[in-house]
Amino acid sequence: MARSTTTQRKALNTAFAWGIGLLIFFPILWTILTSFKTEATAIADPPVFVGFEWTLENYTAVLERSNYARFLWNSIIIAGGSTILGIIIAVPAAWSMAFVPSKRTKDILMWMLSTKMLPAVGVLYPIYLLFIKLGILDTRVGLTIVLMLINLPIIVWMLYTYFKEIPGEILEAARMDGASLREEVIYILTPMAIPGIASTLLLNVILAWNEAFWTLNLTAAKAAPLTAFIASYSSPEGLFYAKLSAASTMAIAPILVLGWFSQKQLVSGLTFGAVK
Amino acid sequence: MATQHSRSAARLMMAPAVVLLLGWMLVPLTMTLYFSFKKYLPLRGGDLGWVGFENYTRFLTSSAFWPSVQTTLIIVGGVLAITVILGVLLATLLNQPMWGQGAVRILVIAPFFVMPTVSALVWKNMFMDPNYGLLAHLWKLFGATPIEWLSQASLTSIIMIVSWQWLPFATLILLTAIQSLDSEQLEAAEMDGAPPIKRFGYITLPHLSRAITVVILIQTIFLLSIFAEIFVTTGGAFGTKTLSYLIFQRVLESQNIGLGSAGGVYAIILANIVAIFLMRIVGKNLDA
Repeated sequence: MARSTTTQRKALNTAFAWGIGLLIFFPILWTILTSFKTEATAIADPPVFVGFEWTLENYTAVLERSNYARFLWNSIIIAGGSTILGIIIAVPAAWSMAFVPSKRTKDILMWMLSTKMLPAVGVLYPIYLLFIKLGILDTRVGLTIVLMLINLPIIVWMLYTYFKEIPGEILEAARMDGASLREEVIYILTPMAIPGIASTLLLNVILAWNEAFWTLNLTAAKAAPLTAFIASYSSPEGLFYAKLSAASTMAIAPILVLGWFSQKQLVSGLTFGAVK
Repeated sequence: MATQHSRSAARLMMAPAVVLLLGWMLVPLTMTLYFSFKKYLPLRGGDLGWVGFENYTRFLTSSAFWPSVQTTLIIVGGVLAITVILGVLLATLLNQPMWGQGAVRILVIAPFFVMPTVSALVWKNMFMDPNYGLLAHLWKLFGATPIEWLSQASLTSIIMIVSWQWLPFATLILLTAIQSLDSEQLEAAEMDGAPPIKRFGYITLPHLSRAITVVILIQTIFLLSIFAEIFVTTGGAFGTKTLSYLIFQRVLESQNIGLGSAGGVYAIILANIVAIFLMRIVGKNLDA
């Protein structure tokens, strides 16, 4: 029997899937479109879709708000810093669990996962208090540490999953051929581990960039990242749709791009390897 | 193969991660437990001594508690139902042969990467605003009176926003699971004359059951603690105060730390009940 997929059915699938895909994407598209409108066009009745005069004035207006650059910078430092710090701490741990497993390896992995399930609100006050006592409330250092800790279990898990797939025989073969430990690490392990480390980096930058509990509760004016900057639009004055859209577009654009690259890792990363 | 030497090296390599996470877990948890047995009002007298289980009973008997549990259940249940059902349908659709599959996938996944404060504010203002929102225009187009979404249909609104954020996650995971389905099985069933509905119900759906369970458990853990979506839309008004939001208000807004901490302990227990089931599934996978 021939495969029952006819061209007609394929066309139907295509139309249907694209329709739904665009519907789901529409809020983002609408935000991007609105960011190029004037405030008056943004609230026009009936709404205008593409036939308007495109303007960059909202972007300049948002950028000119003296502090926008600082929010952006805070986001970059906090998301990047917490991820890199996390990876530095997690690589040796994941490495040893993958290559020198012991009876307790599984228990340790499961326990690490369980720390991720701790509801943030349950420890909000202790963390808040510790931050005051240590003088790191509303600092990038404080937030970087907290985001590193909440993502550390995911980082360890993802790296462990990747390292586990590096076959031990390759290392043995290299050793037989007389490779020193240093050569083994530089020429064999590192090249094989880099893709795994890179995708771990990607996914965790995304998670840290979008984190919106600790970033809202532990920052005020100084260390607030973009999540908090956008939240400041929740009690606006005057016309603001176009500016909100411009600010939102700038806050999500880099992550959308990174996210599209990390689709595959997203599944195994966020399900702790339960779905691959 | 591993020698005594490499074992102790391995332990040393693991130490930083283990010590940090242990501290991150034990220190705040101990403090929360400690505060939960105290009358502690930082702005009104500070530490007023031990009170036993009073905070625990007061939290349970306060008039805000049961409504918050109800709100939490409605939001978590609503979002789960929507994302799982639509996710299965969408994943099935995306698995069909079509042109531009990769591009559609990108469109569908995009909302997951939008930071919570952005999606909440975009929905609140540009879609749900009763005067200028797109939904208001849509309602007017059909001659209906626009709904004041966030006050009249507050829970529905929150569920819509959060579902929009999490549908991509459910879809992506279910799609990954569907793609691992052996297509020969489906073809055999097709040749035996099983109609599409039966093929879906007897082959695809059972194959997906594990992925669906994983989606439900992971989403539940995240949904139990949604925060930004409520913080920037209703601020807990109009019956949208979830259990975690109530605890947040007790702790940071009214600065009743003892009471808030007792609530926090309840939240931790609740999350752990869900976590146990998730861990069991993940743990099984680890042995395989």
